[in-house]
Amino acid sequence: MSRKIVIDPITRLEGHGKIDIFLNDAGNVERAYFQVPELRGFEKFAEGRPAEDMPQITSRICGVCPTAHHMAATKAVDDLYQVAPPPAAKKIRELVYSTFYVEDHALHFFFLGGPDFVVGPTAPKAERNILGVLGKVGLEIGKEVIGLRKELRDLISLAGGKVIHPVFGLPGGVSRALTEEDRQQFVAGAAHAVRFARFSLGIFNDVVLKNPKYVEWILSDTYTHKTYYMGLVDRNNRVNFYDGDLRVVGPDGREFVKFPARDYLQHVAEHVEPWSYIKFCYLKDVGWNGFNEGADSGVYGVAPLARLNAADGMATPEAQAAYEQFYQTLGGRPVHHTLANHWARLIELLHAAERMQELANDPEVASPEVRTIPRETPREGIGVVEAPRGTLFHHYQTDERGVITKANLIVATQNNAARIAMSVDKAARGLIHNGQVDDGILNLIEMAFRAYDPCHGCATHALPGQMPLLVSIYDPEHRLLRTVRRD
Amino acid sequence: MSKPKVGFYWCASCGGCEEAVVDLAETILKVVDAVDIVFWPVALDFKRADVEAMENGALAVSFVNGAIRTSEQEEMAELLRAKSQLIVAFGSCSHLGGIPGLANLHHQAGIFRRVYQEAPSVVNPENTVPQWRTEVPEGTLTLPVFHDTVKSLDQTIDVDYYLPGCPPPVKLIVGAVMAILENRLPAKGAVLAPDIALCHECPRKDSKPEKLLIKEFKRPHEMLTDSRQCLLAQGLLCLGPATRSGCEAPCVGANMPCTGCLGPTSHVKDQGAKVLSALASILDSNDEEQIEARLDDIVDPVGTFYRYSLPASFLYAHPSANGGPQP
Ligand code: SF4
Ligand code: SF4
Repeated sequence: MSRKIVIDPITRLEGHGKIDIFLNDAGNVERAYFQVPELRGFEKFAEGRPAEDMPQITSRICGVCPTAHHMAATKAVDDLYQVAPPPAAKKIRELVYSTFYVEDHALHFFFLGGPDFVVGPTAPKAERNILGVLGKVGLEIGKEVIGLRKELRDLISLAGGKVIHPVFGLPGGVSRALTEEDRQQFVAGAAHAVRFARFSLGIFNDVVLKNPKYVEWILSDTYTHKTYYMGLVDRNNRVNFYDGDLRVVGPDGREFVKFPARDYLQHVAEHVEPWSYIKFCYLKDVGWNGFNEGADSGVYGVAPLARLNAADGMATPEAQAAYEQFYQTLGGRPVHHTLANHWARLIELLHAAERMQELANDPEVASPEVRTIPRETPREGIGVVEAPRGTLFHHYQTDERGVITKANLIVATQNNAARIAMSVDKAARGLIHNGQVDDGILNLIEMAFRAYDPCHGCATHALPGQMPLLVSIYDPEHRLLRTVRRD
Repeated sequence: MSKPKVGFYWCASCGGCEEAVVDLAETILKVVDAVDIVFWPVALDFKRADVEAMENGALAVSFVNGAIRTSEQEEMAELLRAKSQLIVAFGSCSHLGGIPGLANLHHQAGIFRRVYQEAPSVVNPENTVPQWRTEVPEGTLTLPVFHDTVKSLDQTIDVDYYLPGCPPPVKLIVGAVMAILENRLPAKGAVLAPDIALCHECPRKDSKPEKLLIKEFKRPHEMLTDSRQCLLAQGLLCLGPATRSGCEAPCVGANMPCTGCLGPTSHVKDQGAKVLSALASILDSNDEEQIEARLDDIVDPVGTFYRYSLPASFLYAHPSANGGPQP
């Protein structure tokens, strides 16, 4: 008879990922399930709302990455009205988006995922948090992270109105032009961001890459899946967060397909399971063949590692150098090791900071021309961006007044949902033997999940980088035998 | 003197209110120093059992954000009520139901149909929908039941104070914490923000004409908005006159109309009804038909006037409360 272990972040009763692990008689893992226990139904109550309000309504899907939803929705309403924003508006959007990327990726590395590496995966749990990181790298750096975060978030408020739920995106542009003075503030913030990104990669080099044990973890089979990868690329197949075409590479690293956002329905499909509220994306051209890896399974990955795998390089010079080092060290493209996401995220941090600097230094972002008035009759619009946690699709249909009749949203974590489920299952199988479950093992399983920075507006965005867990072990009669808590 | 014990908890929330607290902690560490944060699930160790073990009233104050959608959230809200001297509903979702409260326009079944069956990217020949109990080969998996309606916090438990906003502005949060620390709270039930309309603190208030009269309503993408003049005077549906002040109008600062996230002042029970009457009165017409036609130009009155307050409104409160309309 089987036993069941539930990893359920008890401190938030809804909106978390939840992990159920079934053990067989020998105490080995039969299967681990990754569930998302929440649904809010934005797709449905978008109906009837004016399309131009979608950037503000959909940002409420997530208060951690509101800027990503705001931007995907803004691009979708551009498309809806067939209107091209003036160059300055486009640059302001990308400038704000790059600023947001720096802030978000930095938060993840230092507060959430970083502690696993910087402090160590099997360190006592009381140390595996931001305080532990500071213990290793020094308190000054903590102040630096907090200071940078504040500076960048203030810049987003300056351009976007509010940092939590920005308001500036409109079909055809942005609501407010930047003054020359505003631009100078962005120039200063960008210089700070670039310094910070270099420094973060330096920490990764010193603490992680120089430690053979950590490199072994990254390369271990337990954290490896050979799947397809998707990401936005520019005309030269370089990583782009804000715009471009979607490119998919196969498990062999070769281009599988490249398509404009408006064709997404031909290539991306969603599979429904009765045991999770999240839908599982897969490549339509390959098909849904269960939670499996390999070229015959449509499962694909998104987010930092996937974006690097799906591109031929980075669009900025220092990030490009870091990209080359990444693939040299890890044995060439593609890299299938999930934990390499942490490194990839820092390369993207540098890319975002350099891009922020390029844009801030462009005098055109202070141009007063930031709006094009839409003239076309709206019908259908699709907008795609790369959210920090992966590709984000917004698709609206409207009546002739621009009132939403149908909306379809594919959020970042959904693209990754199947791969996350597989990673958790594989990690559980690889790490739990003979019924041995302790705090260290639970963290190692959780690491498989945390590398994706999964965004359910969930406890993984918590300050100390600890997702609280409850592990309940049941006997065959479903009587509670033992509880392991990690609060 | 020991520091007052404070708790933060989130129900159905986007996480933005939590981020607002993080932003606050970074800005004013001093205030944070003056209290003892006993539990904050996203950031600190916390066990439900710890709260259960506390004496009733052990917590000086609990700030609860997010709306109420599940029985688990209801239970947690009740537990916190018992253990806290004060409950502060934090943010629009908790205060009035919030944007996710727009889901009250639809049944659970309609939402499921759209999301799991009709969405154009879904391939679901067997018409599978999530079940709260599923038998898999290895055992049984469960999901929380998805309720039909979204409720504000005070539709579930007794609430002492409200911190409005989506999310609440940092200045108001600081003000509330200081008021609690210095023991100068207003009467129970108060919204902890100035009780005057947003127009009073709007940077464009001087450009708002004494007697405002407009010919027609416009949508923000249809016009080039003047960045100094009152938005309502330009024909945009700015909810400033029917919204409480306290945010210093950041949306107007970004040249966009206020969408009303701080909710109404205490003189107004129903924010949407107030907006409607305010708008009707500024239309430059005495002809009833003409007024109606102009109001018809507003393509989404419910979603515009009740953007953050549908569950708390007379119109679309959760049906168990008043049998509100359903599609
Ligand atoms: S009030 Fe606004 S910021 Fe707070 S949880 Fe609700 S949607 Fe998010
Ligand atoms: S201006 Fe209006 S919508 Fe914007 S923050 Fe203030 S109350 Fe909320």
